[in-house]
Amino acid sequence: MPQGSLTALLGPSGGGKSTLLRVIAGLEKPDAGTVEIDGQDLTNVAVRERGVGFCFQHYAPFRHLTVRRNVAFGLEVRRRPKAEIRDRVDELLELVRISHLGDRYPSQLSGGQRQRMALARALAIEPRVLLLDEPFGALDAQVRQQLRVWLRELHQKISVTTVLVTHDQEEALEVADRLAIIHEGRLEQIGEPAEMYDHPANEFVMKFLGPTTRLDGQWVRPHDLVLHHDTTFGGQPAVVERVTHLGFEVRVDLALRKGETCWVQLSRGAASELRLAPGDEVWVSHSDLTPSAAPSTAAELPAR
Amino acid sequence: MNEGRWRLPLRVIALGYVLLLIALPVGFVFYRAFQHGFLAAWDSVTTPDALHALWLTVVVVLIAVTADTIFGVGTSLILARHRFPGVWLLDAFVDLPLALSPVVVGIGLILVYGRTGWFGNWLAQHGIQIIFSVPGIVMASATVALPYVVREVLPVLQEIGTEQEQAAATLGASPFTVFRRITLPSIRQGLAYGVTLTTARVLGEFGAVLVVSGAIEGKTETMTLFINTSVDNIQLTGAFSGAVILALIAIGVLAILGGSDERRSGRWQSRSTKSPSDTEMPLLSTT
Repeated sequence: MPQGSLTALLGPSGGGKSTLLRVIAGLEKPDAGTVEIDGQDLTNVAVRERGVGFCFQHYAPFRHLTVRRNVAFGLEVRRRPKAEIRDRVDELLELVRISHLGDRYPSQLSGGQRQRMALARALAIEPRVLLLDEPFGALDAQVRQQLRVWLRELHQKISVTTVLVTHDQEEALEVADRLAIIHEGRLEQIGEPAEMYDHPANEFVMKFLGPTTRLDGQWVRPHDLVLHHDTTFGGQPAVVERVTHLGFEVRVDLALRKGETCWVQLSRGAASELRLAPGDEVWVSHSDLTPSAAPSTAAELPAR
Repeated sequence: MNEGRWRLPLRVIALGYVLLLIALPVGFVFYRAFQHGFLAAWDSVTTPDALHALWLTVVVVLIAVTADTIFGVGTSLILARHRFPGVWLLDAFVDLPLALSPVVVGIGLILVYGRTGWFGNWLAQHGIQIIFSVPGIVMASATVALPYVVREVLPVLQEIGTEQEQAAATLGASPFTVFRRITLPSIRQGLAYGVTLTTARVLGEFGAVLVVSGAIEGKTETMTLFINTSVDNIQLTGAFSGAVILALIAIGVLAILGGSDERRSGRWQSRSTKSPSDTEMPLLSTT
């Protein structure tokens, strides 16, 4: 992981993401391989000497300590002077915006506030790497959305190398500047989000990162397909089976030849222009295709 | 179901039960102790034998409770945190004293450590006397009261899990610091209650102690044995006054360790009260 980056370990539940994170932290021993931070082999270094900040999925707050004492814990253990601890804790509480909650106990905080307390506690020791296990997993949708934005801004501010685990591809795409897709204990692909979305290394990555459908025996993104009422733009014939309005987008299910089916994701504007109704005959093609190029390149195009 | 109709009879039954079994007998013990005046009661428990019995009881409580506390916390940590073959055996053995009659515990100790017991010869050669002596009383008391700390602390350890301890480790705490600053405060209330129960059990233990001590007046006679001897000798004021002293010590321990108890307020409250909702959170913007 490059210095200062925010990497998301993404994959389905039970795929080994959290285990990998715990191995990096030293909470679990790897069967093979090494853990290096800043070029230093830490595989056999104890958890407490690794200098990693770890935020647990359920935050693991010290229930018997106030928010301030929670955040101060790492510094107290290091026997820093009292005045220094006080100033640093003030600074951190300010950073995560819970200065007014310093004297409360974790049980008196909301989930989002606990999350930020856990983050401040992990940051207090100035970790070389910040590890977040499902940081938003236990929060409701609205708060999750707010915290994502906040986390990205926070990361820009402090730019500590961060690795977070999530099973939510939307979250990963939004927050991280690098993705690592993990599936059944294997690293499927690592890279930048946009790059991976457009050029997935394999079918699994393609399917996991966004919606997919099948056309000409290839997996394509349903929003990369276009529909036309005539054959001017090439493509292949299809019959509209169903038109579903899902707010911003419109989903069109199509029946192709040979009993195959596929679906197309259209914007509301595009859909209303086409005035689609079940039973309509349409031509479906890849939006990248120019009319003249259509026949010759069709075969190789979605080969991703 | 009509709750109102049952409320009164239920209260009467509960109160009556407590009254008949506890309040009335204990009340009468107090009453009879002071029947012939405070001075008579005082004199009856300040005889050399009585004072020695009291002293011995305090010593036995201090040693046995300390041992059971250390063993209890250690065993709880093992049972809660470690998985190894045979761990179930430890779990089962911890509960055994609850099921065994204290007399059996006493006899068992005699069989192993008595003059004719397994270690008897070896012990005698080295001039160590366990049975009919203070060590035997301490061992019998510690055995009988062994399960209480474990049974109070273990569920708390299982409930709090290991994440707080792991978090402390990532923050740089050594295993000992983790135990002292995270684990111990977390189990404090359960531990306090376990120690209270252990103390009460050791204070009141009779059967096992009777078997191993030989009840030698002024030597191996604890307070409960002193009370028994007093009853046998029809020195009833002494018996009742001794009982009052035991009761007062138990009440004192209960008040110090268990009475102030956040058990009711703290531990349970944190789960039942609703934590503030996130939607009330002031919106965050770091820019």
